Amino acid sequence: MLVDVLIVLVKVVLTLTWTLLLALFLTWVERKQSAVMQDRIGANRASVFGLRLFGLFQPFADAIKMLFKEDFVPSFSQRFLHWLAPAISFFFVAVTMVAVPFGDAVRLFGRRIPLQVADLNAALLFVLAMLSLGIYGILIGGWASRNRFALIGSLRGAAQIISYEVALGLSLVGLIMVFPSLRLSKIVEFQGGTLFGFLPKWGIFLQPLGFAVFFLAGLAETKRVPFDLPEGESEIIGFYTEYGGLKFGLFMFADFLEVIVLSSLAVTLFFGGWQVPWLGGLKLAPWAVTVLQVLAFNLKVFFFCWLQVLVRWTYPRFRYDQLMDFGWKVLVPLGVVNILVTGLVLALR
Amino acid sequence: MKIGRVLKELLRGAGITARHFFVNMVFHTLKLFGVRTKRRGAVTIQYPEERKELSPRHRSLHRVLSREDGKPRCVACMLCVTVCPSECLSVEAAEDDDPEVQKYPARFVVDLSRCCFCGFCVEACPVDAIRMDTGEIRLASYARSGLDLPLEKR
Ligand code: SF4
Ligand code: SF4
Repeated sequence: MLVDVLIVLVKVVLTLTWTLLLALFLTWVERKQSAVMQDRIGANRASVFGLRLFGLFQPFADAIKMLFKEDFVPSFSQRFLHWLAPAISFFFVAVTMVAVPFGDAVRLFGRRIPLQVADLNAALLFVLAMLSLGIYGILIGGWASRNRFALIGSLRGAAQIISYEVALGLSLVGLIMVFPSLRLSKIVEFQGGTLFGFLPKWGIFLQPLGFAVFFLAGLAETKRVPFDLPEGESEIIGFYTEYGGLKFGLFMFADFLEVIVLSSLAVTLFFGGWQVPWLGGLKLAPWAVTVLQVLAFNLKVFFFCWLQVLVRWTYPRFRYDQLMDFGWKVLVPLGVVNILVTGLVLALR
Repeated sequence: MKIGRVLKELLRGAGITARHFFVNMVFHTLKLFGVRTKRRGAVTIQYPEERKELSPRHRSLHRVLSREDGKPRCVACMLCVTVCPSECLSVEAAEDDDPEVQKYPARFVVDLSRCCFCGFCVEACPVDAIRMDTGEIRLASYARSGLDLPLEKR
């Protein structure tokens, strides 16, 4: 019993550390990748003892700067809620990572240890629920600021996220029909085989439309640039107007975490999770297979992070009516069509 | 169809930015391994270490030219003071011993905190006494007084 608790604790700590490190690293990737895309160099001056490492220390410099900034709460804001909002935003994004399987179960000292913090039987619903609970961070943030612009921004954000939540949910229904389970580890296991003998049996090949809808809706959920109406940092005034220092940092960090969570979900649901295709032919030691799997999962996650940064630095922002049109008139019908087609194919099979 | 066109253009845009990313990454990687290439991965000039060559027509810090005998060429006619849109030049005239010259500037100060580097003073001068070709562009100062530059020194 005690050992079980200990194992879970270790896994929680490892997952959280790894995810936070990834998010920290992603802030650097975002700056550097955008720079390279725009023929610039990007932040490269932060150094430790003259060691620059392409500005890899920049995230730490940013973090230190945010830590030492004044924790300012406007006199008209509600102190407690003002403090609570970033914590909520951050918590509900970070907690989704517990359901993501990083690799297949390993055997250690006669124990079967899944490389996943919690193998929930309704993990998919859990993830969706946690992602939608994140709205409260935005809403409370806007409300507690007692700033009209912040409140309007948070309402914009809530409307956007609730709208895209619908499309996100619909896009996953087709997937659940194909892989009849809500357990993420099961869904990944289902993606192990091959299609027609050569194609890996990944969700993307069975549910291409479902993936498109999922990814687009997910992009909207992350509240980043083509869909950054809630905050609109460059010209619209958004929900974290009254935030500064570490609290603002938490909101930003939650955004980056959301990018990672979306990537992990896309990989887990549609790109075979930790599955390495065509590995069955090679006779490898179990530990090598595990290492390869974890590596494959992280590589896939990196790719999707890269893709999201590419999207963020390529497209201009939607107008609000275009945003709503896109959600309700394009993604939601496409999601429904996807369910119908999937059902038809499954019934005729 | 409209949706198809939109989709095509969206993908084309992403293709362009992705191409820039990969092409630049190739050049960055080559540079990292010490391979010299004609093109660089970025157009950035890393300023304090790397300086861009200023164009010959670049307008930098002013200087007052002097005659052969070392005296300032300026005859304190006040034309530059009059034309300066920022009203940042101040010239105090004094009588010169030479009757041909008549006047010389006892004090010639430019307030760089206000100068907009338009170059009108250079254009206005009848005796070509003031020019902006020193190439000096690092003019920042920690105090306002550091920006009140007396020009007779140059
Ligand atoms: S460059 Fe323009 S603003 Fe500056 S001193 Fe000359 S006339 Fe005045
Ligand atoms: S216009 Fe030329 S000569 Fe006249 S005051 Fe200015 S610098 Fe001197």
